[in-house]
Formats: sequence, C-alpha cells, structure tokens
Amino acid sequence: MFPILSKREMAQGTVIENEISAPRIAKKARPGQFVMLRANETGERIPLTMADTDPEKGTIKIIYQVVGKTTALLKTLEPGDHIQDVAGPLGKPTDIEKVGTVACVGGGTGVAVLHPITRAFKEAGNRVVAICGARTKDLLILEAEMANASHECRICTDDGTCGYHGFGTDLLKKLLDSEKVDLVVGIGPVPMMKAVVNLTKQYGVRTLVSLNAIMVDGTGMCGCCRVTVGGKTRFACVDGPEFDGHDVDFDELITRLNSYKEQEQEAMERFEHKCRAEAALK
Amino acid sequence: MAEKKEAVPRQPMPEQKPEERIKNFKEVPFGYPPEAAAKEASRCLNCKKPGCVAGCPVGVDIPAFIQKIQEGDFAGGIAKIKETNVLPAVCGRVCPQEAQCEARCVLGKKGDPVAIGRLERFLADWERDQGEVPLPEKAPSTGKKVAVVGSGPSGLTVAGDLVLKGHDVTVFEAFHKPGGVLLYGIPEFRLPKAILSAELQYLERMGVKFEVNAVVGKIVTLNELLADGFDAVYVAVGAGLPYFLNLPGENLIGVYSANEYLTRSNLMKAYLFPEYDTPIAFGKNVAVIGAGNVAMDAARTARRLGAEKVRIVYRRSREEMPARAEEIHHAEEEGVELYLLTNPVRFLGDDRGRVRGMECVQMELGEPDESGRRRPVVKEGSEFEMECDLVVISVGAGANPLLTSTTPELALNKRGYIVADPETGKTTMPGVWAGGDIVTGMATVIMAMGAGRTAANSMHKYLTLGW
Ligand SMILES: Cc1cc2nc3c(=O)[nH]c(=O)nc-3n(C[C@H](O)[C@H](O)[C@H](O)COP(=O)(O)OP(=O)(O)OC[C@H]3O[C@@H](n4cnc5c(N)ncnc54)[C@H](O)[C@@H]3O)c2cc1C
Ligand SMILES: Cc1cc2nc3c(=O)[nH]c(=O)nc-3n(C[C@H](O)[C@H](O)[C@H](O)COP(=O)(O)OP(=O)(O)OC[C@H]3O[C@@H](n4cnc5c(N)ncnc54)[C@H](O)[C@@H]3O)c2cc1C
Ligand code: SF4
Ligand code: SF4
Ligand code: FES
Repeated sequence: MFPILSKREMAQGTVIENEISAPRIAKKARPGQFVMLRANETGERIPLTMADTDPEKGTIKIIYQVVGKTTALLKTLEPGDHIQDVAGPLGKPTDIEKVGTVACVGGGTGVAVLHPITRAFKEAGNRVVAICGARTKDLLILEAEMANASHECRICTDDGTCGYHGFGTDLLKKLLDSEKVDLVVGIGPVPMMKAVVNLTKQYGVRTLVSLNAIMVDGTGMCGCCRVTVGGKTRFACVDGPEFDGHDVDFDELITRLNSYKEQEQEAMERFEHKCRAEAALK
Repeated sequence: MAEKKEAVPRQPMPEQKPEERIKNFKEVPFGYPPEAAAKEASRCLNCKKPGCVAGCPVGVDIPAFIQKIQEGDFAGGIAKIKETNVLPAVCGRVCPQEAQCEARCVLGKKGDPVAIGRLERFLADWERDQGEVPLPEKAPSTGKKVAVVGSGPSGLTVAGDLVLKGHDVTVFEAFHKPGGVLLYGIPEFRLPKAILSAELQYLERMGVKFEVNAVVGKIVTLNELLADGFDAVYVAVGAGLPYFLNLPGENLIGVYSANEYLTRSNLMKAYLFPEYDTPIAFGKNVAVIGAGNVAMDAARTARRLGAEKVRIVYRRSREEMPARAEEIHHAEEEGVELYLLTNPVRFLGDDRGRVRGMECVQMELGEPDESGRRRPVVKEGSEFEMECDLVVISVGAGANPLLTSTTPELALNKRGYIVADPETGKTTMPGVWAGGDIVTGMATVIMAMGAGRTAANSMHKYLTLGW
C-alpha cells in the first residue's frame, strides 16, 4: 500500500497532483520514467509519469488529468488514503546530454511530464527554452515551475486568454526561425506531438516525443503498448516511452488509443452514477 | 458361462457439460469422488520397475502414493507426493500427463494408463478440504538470506524448499500478485485461483516473504540484492516476451498477443468487466493463431467471453499440435474449430483500424525440419480470406531482456536465455542461480519446479558449506 501524502487540484480540478510515499521508487527514478499504478482491488493498471521525486523524503509526485474511470477514482482519494499498487520506475529514462539549445514544448498535462526533463536539460548545461500551451488560461499548469526549470518560458493559449494567442507550434516555429535549436522535446496530446514533429522535420531538428500507448504490465510481457517507429514494432513501455518523433507512426498510435472507447465510456458512466447515488445518500 | 474377471476401466472424471461451461469461468472437471479414486487406484499394478516414475520429470513415487489411496490412507498419500512435488493440486491439473508419467505406465501398452494426474489432484484436493494444512517442521534458522526473483512455479519451489531448510526467503514479483503463469496465464476454468491462493498462503505461513510490485532490474538490480545482504539469489522470471508474426496489419485494433489477452482476462479479471475496470475486446468471430496450451486457453476464454465462432489456426497438422490432449479435447467439445495446415499472411482492417479478417494460405507437410517435425510449406495459389473480428497470436514466447540487460555478468545463450548448469542451476554470476522458463524456454510447470528443486539443493549446499 502506498500512502498519499498530499493532493493539489489544478486547472479547475481537471488536473490533480498527488505526492505518494514510495521510498524505493523515489531512490531509483530518473526523469522520463513512469510508474504503473492500481488504485484498488478491482482497478485497472494505468501508467503515469513521475512529475518529480524526492529521494530524501522517499516520495514521488504524479500529475494526472481526469479523463476516465481510473483517474476519476484516483481523484476521490485524499491525503491519508492509500493507492494499492505502484510499480516502477519503468521505461527508459530520458537521454539527458549537453547538446546546446533545447526547446521543450508541452501541451496540456504533458507539461507535467515535461517539467523534470526540462530541469534536467538545464542542469546538464543546455540553454533551455520552454513553450507551454493549453486551451485556455485556467487550464495552464506549472507555469512558475517551468519558468524556473528553463532559461526562458513562453506561454500560449488556444483562445488567447494568456500569453501568445495560438498554438505551441506557432511559438516553436518563431523560435526555430530566430535561432539554432539542437533538440526539441515535445510532450502533450498525440495530435500536438504530431504537429510538432511535422514542423521540426522541415527544419531537420531532432525531436523527442513521449508516447502514451495503452499499457497493461509496463514490463514488456504483453505487447499491448506496441507502436511503429522507423517501420519497426517497438514496445513503448520498455523501448520508450520516448522515441525519435521523426520515426513515429502517430496515426497508428491515435487509432490504437481508441481501442476501448465504448467500454471506457460505460465504466465512466457507471462510476459517475455510483458517485451521484452516494452523494444523494449523504 | 465361465466367470471372467472384468478389468476395471479407466475411471472417467465428472465434469461440467460443454453447453453449460462455456457460459461460466468455473473449473471444468469436478475431480474424482473417493469411490472413483479408489477404483482407479485399484488398477495400478504397483510395478517393481515403474515406468511412470521415470516419465515424471521430478520422479514422484507414483506406485507408493497410489498404494496409499488403495489403503485409504489419503494423508499418507499426499505426504508421499509432497516429498518430490510441492504443488500437486496444480500439477494434477496441468501436467501433460500423456507425454510424461502416464505415457510410460505399463497399462498404457494394451489399454488406458492409470489416471495418475487425476489421482494426484484427488489427494491434493482432499488435503485442502481438511482445513488448514499442518506445517512441516522447519530446520533451525541459518541466518542466511535468499532472494527469489519471480513467483512462478519455479520460484515458489525454491522458496518453499529453502525456507524449510532454515533460510530467510524473500520472493520479488513484478506484478501486484504472486503466481506467475499460474496466475496470469492459465485461466480460472482450468486452474481455480483459490488453489493457487491456498498454496501461497501455505508458503507464507512457513515464513516466505513476498514483495510484489518489485520489478527487479528496475527497482533493484541483482548486484544490489547481493550487496544489500542477500547471500544467494534465484532467478526465475519465466519466458515473458510475446512473439508476434511480423505480418502486415499486426497492429490493428483487435490483434492481441496471448499474453495480453490472458493477462487482461485472468490477472486483471476483465471477464468480470465492468465490475472490474480492465476492458477486453469481446470478439464474436475469433481466430487464435497457434496450437499449444496457450492457444487452447485463449480459444476457450474467447468462447466464454461470448464468441460465437472460435477457430484455432495452425500451420501444421493435428499430430504436431503441442497442447495437452485434454485441452484439445475440451476445446473441441466447446465448439472450437481447428483450421489445420493454415497460416495467416496478413491481417485486414476496416476504416476504423479494427481487424476484420486475415488473408491465409494453405500448407502441406514437407521434409522434417530441425525439430524432427515435418516442415509446413505453402501450397501455391491457395490464398483465401478468413473473416474475424479478434485475433489472438499464440505462437510462443521468448526471454524478456528487462532483467538480464541490467546484469552483464549473467551469460546468456544466443536466444537470450540465461545459461545455467543443469546439474545445479548455477549461473556465471557468483551467488546467482537460475531455472524454469528463463533457462529452458517455455516448458512445463513441473519442469520449472524440477529446476527449482535442483537449484534449491545446490543453493543450500552453498549457503551451509560454502560451495
Ligand atoms: C508512459 C505513460 C505515461 C503517462 N503519463 C501520464 C501523466 O503523467 N499524466 C496523465 O494525465 N496521463 C498520463 N498518461 C496517460 C494515462 O495513463 C491515461 O490518461 C489513463 O490511463 C486514463 O485512464 P482512465 O481510466 O482515467 O481513462 P479511460 O477512460 O480508461 O481512458 C481514457 C484514454 O486514456 C487512454 N488509456 C486508457 N487506459 C490506458 C492504459 N491502461 N494505459 C495507457 N493509456 C490508457 C486511452 O487513450 C483512453 O482512450 C501516460 C500514459 C503513458 C503510456
Ligand atoms: C497460457 C499458458 C498455459 C500453459 N499451460 C500449461 C499447462 O497446461 N501445463 C504445463 O505444464 N505448463 C503450461 N504452461 C507453461 C508453464 O506455465 C510454464 O512453463 C511455467 O509457468 C514456467 O514457470 P517459471 O516459474 O519458470 O515462470 P513463470 O510462471 O513465467 O513466472 C515468472 C514470474 O516472474 C515474474 N517476473 C518477470 N520478470 C520479473 C522481474 N524483472 N522482476 C520480478 N519478477 C519478474 C513474472 O511476473 C512471473 O510472475 C502454460 C503457459 C502459459 C503461458
Ligand atoms: S508431477 Fe506431473 S508428471 Fe509427475 S506424476 Fe504428477 S502429474 Fe505426473
Ligand atoms: S506404471 Fe502404471 S501400473 Fe505400474 S506402477 Fe506406474 S501407474 Fe501403476
Ligand atoms: S505494456 Fe505490456 S508490453 Fe508494454
């Protein structure tokens, strides 16, 4: 059992941050790695990236967007409650090297995954420009943290309520036009990562993306998370989750992410129904 | 008319009717009632040089335990089995007896062999029904610590043996529950999970500690275990890397590896969705590629998940099917169809990226290959299309490099399996033993347990004598 130590709501309660006590994982985890987590006995195993770790305190931080049954269930857990299972650290850590200038482009909750990576690139002696986007001002997360983790942090929103009015890719294009960028790291919704990659291909700039394929075990034993990279089938959980974006078949990933749409909806509806019934009883 | 002594026939085991059982996940055979067990036991000739014992990979003293049944001494019988086999309730159910013990029974020369597996199961089930199994006496503590990596049958055997010999044993398991393939691979209708739980509880009562969610190689390496105070390590991580066919269309939605399909259903209990959260595709028209135990388990699971049509697609002929005879028999009874000498060449998708069929070719058997089986070759011009909305690929599994890639000291063979001395289980890394599927490639439960027994003896010597 893994105790929850703190809970913070962000982006109007659509994004939750939890600090969880997991001393052995905290000691080993590196930026870019994830955990597989199961909330309770009947729960599904879902992957979440560690947004931060504190080896001294023995804690890891997760930041997740509430999108379906499991994340909605997690949201109901308060400090003092426990998560039944947390396994990790899984996946390959980000290859952090000194390359020169790095642009870290994050969209939505992807910013949470990007944050420790951004900080690590800065600490490795790179010049780091962060670009953080969201649909609207209230959904932006971790602006202060990203500003700290980079040399310069540019903000954008789709509706112009904060920062630049437009997409992260617009800001990235401006950056690529104005200076030499050696590496782009793009993490966010799959369509956003695809757009980033389409852009950087034109500039010939190497681009890392983090693939959020559906997973079961997270250790390479089921093949559920397979993605096509460079024409070859790879397992996102062990060969990734980060890959060279220029080689990724994003359309296949988008299709596979829809594998269980109907069942996910059914699970979510039942869960909401149960929550409403419980609320009515109180 | 002269009275001729009627020979007792092999006793059938009562079981759920096919039309009933495809609607549930309960175990198919009910087991022998005591009378049938006594009758079956009476068939055994108590041979002086029993072939059956030579056929069992761990050499269970079969005539001795069967004699105990004849005497009505069930407690004595189960004790006899447990001298060599610590998981009889499992082995009685899943061993390929027709290729092992029963294959060598003298009665099999003229008629049906003694139903050794069923009798083994009978005794184990009888013992469990008696309530809490008394614990055997443990040797005094040696003060030595042992780490077992992987909680499948091989790891559990080592844990049980070494804890009895007085060592302090911790089992590390990557998943959130122990059991290995017995838990996530073999379905409930063939091996009820309550049986596995009883075995695990027994080990816990003996003092074995379990650490779940512990992916060794990631959270801790073998070197760190040895540095952290473990005196010896046994590696039994199984053959957990699913093979795919590398055919076009293999990543369409609805194409699963057997590992994924069975893990979702067994470990994650997707068959109880939406009570349990993990989803699974409910195919109506299912094709399972391969013909081993894993393929049969997938096919029979699909049937229980509501498939109207389930086909086993296999490139060789019936004689070469590697599954246990009983599994093939049960699958056919449940309406699973066999498409033999057939091989897929690509998967076909619809406009939403879901599988809608496969293009197949027919095969014929040519000259024998390295495995001694006749090699299937494609019949010219035999392409045809087979409709299906779910495909489960069960063409075997290999060595998962997750652990071994973090341990350069462990010598691997060219297929990635750990090299271990068959006499002792010793690897090339000091203080580390290995056994089970990660050494041999996917074999059987009892072989994995046999390797565990061998390694446990060698580890005990090392821990007490230093070599
Ligand atoms: C390596 C990795 C790291 C991730 N890190 C984060 C993170 O830090 N923060 C965050 O908000 N999200 C992260 N995700 C995505 C997160 O796992 C999914 O949002 C979550 O599983 C949704 O579960 P649900 O039951 O709430 O929603 P559901 O309604 O079940 O699913 C919503 C969508 O999430 C995806 N999904 C569903 N089940 C799984 C599964 N078992 N594995 C992966 N994806 C699934 C599917 O695309 C699905 O359509 C990560 C995914 C991966 C693979
Ligand atoms: C579906 C199916 C049906 C089968 N049917 C039969 C049958 O009817 N009869 C028969 O005799 N045999 C059968 N087999 C084969 C048999 O189950 C295996 O040969 C046997 O289980 C091997 O045992 P093992 O202990 O070596 O490994 P496994 O049972 O594979 O156990 C390995 C364990 O190690 C864990 N692990 C892996 N990596 C790590 C890590 N890095 N850190 C920690 N833990 C790790 C795994 O999660 C797993 O729990 C079947 C196999 C399958 C898949
Ligand atoms: S362990 Fe398996 S092979 Fe050995 S006697 Fe029992 S059923 Fe037969
Ligand atoms: S070979 Fe057959 S008849 Fe002889 S002892 Fe073994 S089981 Fe009994
Ligand atoms: S999640 Fe099972 S192999 Fe990656």
